[in-house]
Amino acid sequence: MSRVRGGTNSTSFRISSRRVDAFIDRIDLLIQLDDGRTKHLAKRISAATLVLAADIFNAKALELGNKILANVVAAGVVVGLLRLEPELLTAQVKSYFAKKSEELIGQNVAAALAGIEIGRDLLAKGTIGLDLQPDPAVQNDIILSGAEAIALGALAGGCNFVAAYPMTPSTGIFTYLAQHAAECGLIAEQAEDEIAAINMALGAWYAGARAIVATAGGGFALMVEGISLSGMLETPVVVSLGQRPAPATGLPTRTEQGDLNFALYSGHGEFPRIILAPGSLDEAFDLSQKAFNLADKFQVPVIILSDQYLADSYYNIKPFDLAGVQVENNIIKTAEGYQRYKLTADGLSPRGVPGYGDGLVGVDSDEHDETGHITEDLELRAKMVDKRLAKMGEIMKAVVPPLLIGSDNYQTLVVGWGSNRNIIAEALKVIGDDKIAFLHFSQVYPLPPSTREYLVKAKKVILIENNATGQFGQLIKLQTGYDIQNKILKYNGLPFSVEELVQRLRALEL
Amino acid sequence: MEFDLENIDIAWCPGCGNFPLLTALKGALAELAIKPQNLVIVSGIGQAAKAPHYLKTNFFNGLHGRSLPPAAAIKAANPGLVVIAESGDGDMYGEGGNHFIHAIRRNPDITCLIHNNMVYALTKGQASPTSQLGMKTPIQVNGVVEEPINPIALAVAMGASFVARAFAGDIEQTKGIIKQAIGHHGFAIVDIFQPCVSFNKINTYAWFKEHTYYLDGNHNPKDRAAAFRKAVEREKMPLGLIYLGEPRPTFEENVAAQGPLWAKKTDQAILSKLIQDKK
Repeated sequence: MSRVRGGTNSTSFRISSRRVDAFIDRIDLLIQLDDGRTKHLAKRISAATLVLAADIFNAKALELGNKILANVVAAGVVVGLLRLEPELLTAQVKSYFAKKSEELIGQNVAAALAGIEIGRDLLAKGTIGLDLQPDPAVQNDIILSGAEAIALGALAGGCNFVAAYPMTPSTGIFTYLAQHAAECGLIAEQAEDEIAAINMALGAWYAGARAIVATAGGGFALMVEGISLSGMLETPVVVSLGQRPAPATGLPTRTEQGDLNFALYSGHGEFPRIILAPGSLDEAFDLSQKAFNLADKFQVPVIILSDQYLADSYYNIKPFDLAGVQVENNIIKTAEGYQRYKLTADGLSPRGVPGYGDGLVGVDSDEHDETGHITEDLELRAKMVDKRLAKMGEIMKAVVPPLLIGSDNYQTLVVGWGSNRNIIAEALKVIGDDKIAFLHFSQVYPLPPSTREYLVKAKKVILIENNATGQFGQLIKLQTGYDIQNKILKYNGLPFSVEELVQRLRALEL
Repeated sequence: MEFDLENIDIAWCPGCGNFPLLTALKGALAELAIKPQNLVIVSGIGQAAKAPHYLKTNFFNGLHGRSLPPAAAIKAANPGLVVIAESGDGDMYGEGGNHFIHAIRRNPDITCLIHNNMVYALTKGQASPTSQLGMKTPIQVNGVVEEPINPIALAVAMGASFVARAFAGDIEQTKGIIKQAIGHHGFAIVDIFQPCVSFNKINTYAWFKEHTYYLDGNHNPKDRAAAFRKAVEREKMPLGLIYLGEPRPTFEENVAAQGPLWAKKTDQAILSKLIQDKK
């Protein structure tokens, strides 16, 4: 929820001996830092939930001299319960409060140690039983959020310019890039509005930079003129669009997959685009990296469609592998007489930039001739439309295929896209029926050509989307003619949980 | 001349104030020995915004009101380029008003030329943000009732780096002011009075001549209070360099822009370190 210091908020941690990367409802241990304000969690608490009330932490904190220490006591309790080395926490406390006085650091370390004692006591008395074994295989893992994975992917894609206006859930991307701008030689600018942000990004790409804008639906609404401009100028741009419930301001800090149609139809006029929808941290990194190469190659807007759930979820994964990562730069040195919009068979005109070569680089939002100058030649207009649309054929050759999780020999096919991937995959694992497979799309536009083939092979197809109208289902119907009848939709602002999906899938008589 | 473009079909009306303005601009560029390959003119939409189609240059003719954001980005992405943002009063002060204000704050080392004809000419004669009170148009049927924007006073109030005004009817002086603006290190604004012979029958060549005068050596452009007094003069409006702000860092300097970004390679070692930092 959009809270800074007022009101109640909660954070879920899922700790397991095996890898976990999806949201579940079940709460085993609820740590309250405030008295009894857990109404919003009521449905997730069962008789099996151990609730540690705020009193425990407050009493210990007061005993140590200051109520404000209660949260550090609580952190200590968790460390004690998990049988972790106390130094893990005390070192963290010392570094967090590094700029504070020795006295304050000492108090917090004492609070942490006192908390650890409480945790160990709870275990010893048998109040709580935890059987978690550390897995050495994850020792070298990295832990990060979706927003950071997108930002790192952008850097791996050669991103060297970001212009944005802060907006949840994409502020994290902008923040990460701004904080590492100096060491990466990246230009980061907070624009006066999203209109300026995307127009800056287009100016930057025109001059040879690789730029990204990061926003949410409301900011993207302002950027839409820039999407159309990218289409006309054939100047690439990468947009990270983090979805949240709308219309208008909606639920600013909740999640939804409600802007697919908006991304798909944004911008006046007809021009190609690419929409990617990462379903995991790995995909967030890989596809954000790829987005820059695609934008550069096809000279079109590329939209990375994520959401609050992906942007704000953290989990551990193996470090991203840079071995196969290539920044593909198609900029050419221009010669005298260079034509920015040279008509070619595949629609792709070699892209020059100003100041590199003897040519002049002109781009125009008006319909233009091959040199970029404004034209009213209507025959040329038709040729330019054909040229721009011809790029779609090339884009199709580079489509990211959907990922089939489960047996090839399925009878039921569950279809999902974007951030639902891990939740759906875990739900199907729980159900454990090898006649059910899951088809996940991380590129939603243009749709991979194999889509229909997968669908017609199944006896039953179930669509899962985090929105009210099944927008991806509509797109599939439009593009393949296949109408998915069974839909599991959710639009209350929360992501699906594994348990909820298991239950709703079973209700469809799997 | 180096900046002349052959075989062009100019859309401006005969007698349009944009013609002498274009001549002054081309003259300034030639005298400053700028190479067309090293120049980018960024424009929005409007009659003025067609200017980059009528001379030899790199150009980015973007959307209405949006010349300044891409212009600042182009300069930052390649600080070696000479960047000029050029559009009309409707574009810069109306649709792009917010960008104008923030470009002053951002202070990119670019030149901002505003063709100020006090009317919307592309859309055939509606009021612009600088149209004078009482001016009747097909839309403002009872005359303009909204106070015109005073771009000079606004720019001085914001502490802009360089604020000047010119009159397109005087090619030589306009050329000189544009040269000064391009040579200035920082955001240089030149509001250029430019008669529209088709849709503005009030603010004609004769009217501008009668209602303007050139600043002389008695005006100290570094004196902000004096500049502001000049900025709000109405009966006869000053031409020339009105305000020169305190030197301050440019946008490119503030974002530590180095060399052209098209030549920049991604540093895999830094990337690896950033990934490892997430352990």
